[in-house]
Amino acid sequence: MGALEKEIVAIEGGKAVKPVERKSSAMRWAMRGIYIIWLREFKRFWRDRARRIGGFAQPIMYLALLGVGMQSAFKVFGGGDVPYIKFMFPGILGLTVLFTSVFSAISIIWDREFGFLKEVLVSPVPRSSVALGKIIGGSTTALIQGAIFLILAFTPWVYGFSLDTLWKVLAVMPLIILLSLSLTSLGVAVAARMTSMEGFPIIMNFLLMPMFFLSGAFFPLQGLPRWMDVLTKIDPLTYGVDALRGIMLKGLDLAAGMPGNIAQFAAWFKDPEILRIGLEKGYPNPSALSSMARQATLPVQAHPLWLDVLVMAGFGAFLFALALWQFNRAE
Amino acid sequence: MGEHAVEVEGLVRKFGDLVAVDGVTFEVRRGEVFGFLGPNGAGKTTTINMLCTLLTPTAGRATVDGFDVVRQKREVRQRIGLVFQDPSLDDRLTANENLDFHAVVYAVPQAVREKRKRELLEMVDLLDRADDLVITFSGGMKRRLEIARGLLHHPRVLFLDEPTIGLDPQTRKYIWDYVADLKKREDITIFLTTHYMEEAEHCDRIAIIDHGRIIALDTSENLKNMVGGDIIRIKTDDDARAEELLREKYRVNILEDKDCLCFEVERGEEFIPRLFQDFDVSIQSINLHRPTLDDVFLKLTGREIRDEEADGFMADMRRMVTRVRPPFAR
Repeated sequence: MGALEKEIVAIEGGKAVKPVERKSSAMRWAMRGIYIIWLREFKRFWRDRARRIGGFAQPIMYLALLGVGMQSAFKVFGGGDVPYIKFMFPGILGLTVLFTSVFSAISIIWDREFGFLKEVLVSPVPRSSVALGKIIGGSTTALIQGAIFLILAFTPWVYGFSLDTLWKVLAVMPLIILLSLSLTSLGVAVAARMTSMEGFPIIMNFLLMPMFFLSGAFFPLQGLPRWMDVLTKIDPLTYGVDALRGIMLKGLDLAAGMPGNIAQFAAWFKDPEILRIGLEKGYPNPSALSSMARQATLPVQAHPLWLDVLVMAGFGAFLFALALWQFNRAE
Repeated sequence: MGEHAVEVEGLVRKFGDLVAVDGVTFEVRRGEVFGFLGPNGAGKTTTINMLCTLLTPTAGRATVDGFDVVRQKREVRQRIGLVFQDPSLDDRLTANENLDFHAVVYAVPQAVREKRKRELLEMVDLLDRADDLVITFSGGMKRRLEIARGLLHHPRVLFLDEPTIGLDPQTRKYIWDYVADLKKREDITIFLTTHYMEEAEHCDRIAIIDHGRIIALDTSENLKNMVGGDIIRIKTDDDARAEELLREKYRVNILEDKDCLCFEVERGEEFIPRLFQDFDVSIQSINLHRPTLDDVFLKLTGREIRDEEADGFMADMRRMVTRVRPPFAR
């Protein structure tokens, strides 16, 4: 390697360019790849005005239309004193992050279609660093979208303009990063070996829609039939939305609900306590339901924050590994 | 191994049952322009893809600048520049940004980056468009930018896969001028593929490839000598006397003597001056036909290389027909 460097210097018109000793270890190559791919991803996002505006307009639409429209229904069905818009705001934040993250990976298919991927794949940077750059780049765009959306949290209709809101918004950022990293990984894992630009959104929507609906972004996850309850617990997004909501409504309290023993943890899995109560009291009796809801810690947060974060990190690590593996296998 | 810029030994690549490259062996000498000539689907691109580490060979081995293309991928990648058949630029970035991207992934030292970028953009006449998005470029400009990009990290070997396909004649000439210039200026080996006969003439040596096999490898001069000498046709005031003279004095074999005299000589360009020096009969016209690589390919395979210069749809159709049709008259 040193020889090549000297050669490069020599070729430069014989001028005395100092032969700087540069480490060109695998690590350096990887860092180079990650950096430049991230930068490109970011530039492309920033230049695409449609993406910036669309990414902002869509969540506002959800918030304005669904948030207002569902308010009365939410009260009847056990939302209690929590205004629906406050309840759903973190859900829409999750939705924004979900879609921005996952669909950022379509750029891989795009690059393959338009040839740029070749330029990247024949370069000396390791493949994993390319995947990593894509993942970090995708999460960056998701984080930006999320941050823009979070400005709305300060409006009087949502959480109001206060120091408390600011603190919560800041506390939510690391969670968004964690969530977007795992979801971009999911996108990369699927896109890595796909060649069809049309197929990707179809497959993704097939995967994302249930993920989204089961996550509790729009409605509290209680009183669900057993099978659905199980599905919501498998859904990684549930924990993301749950954590976001917990912070936005209750503030950051990582230690809350930390069990002294495993028993409590197991009990949570067996649960659906709520379902039992619901059946005994005989629903649909709105008053019974809403009083029940007030008794329980729901609907604000189903799981303790530490559990949410732990599960998210676990899913993230798995999807991340899957993405790297798939990308390395591609072509 | 490693003495030559590229060394290939018994390289095979299969795609399922299809044998795209069927045991090719050759070497590319340092500093030469080496051409791979053959019809579409002959295995040219597959070979290039193996040499530049994009495809793993099914069998055989190859080195580029002394490094094994399977075991020493990164070393190979650092030493090669590539211009693909299809564009591989990011058209949402500017020309400059595309070069920056390349400079980073190939670890071009920061100190020389700007200077080199300027030089190369100047060479390909794109300096004034450096900060425009590539999406606004024409096909020829894109190809030129790709060539500039391929040279940015001072590769030892530059691979050009059909560098002029789909370009107008003017731009094609342009690009060949760059290649010639490049060979003079830089210490670089150029490996290119083409299915344009006349373009293969730009190469120092040519390998003719068909159905995944190299069927001939030599300088274009020697290849053409395989099919015979140059054909000269002359018209004179007195053909009978001229014929006699040619036979006796120049010892050529008259092939035809109806409208004009037609004969074959070893080196036409040397023969004609000799003829003019002391030919008694006055010559009305003279015509020299030198064998082309087309003739070589025809002789070797019994087929002509389909020239896909003709535009668009018909060319595509013809190509498809050529692919389906079994090779005849072999």
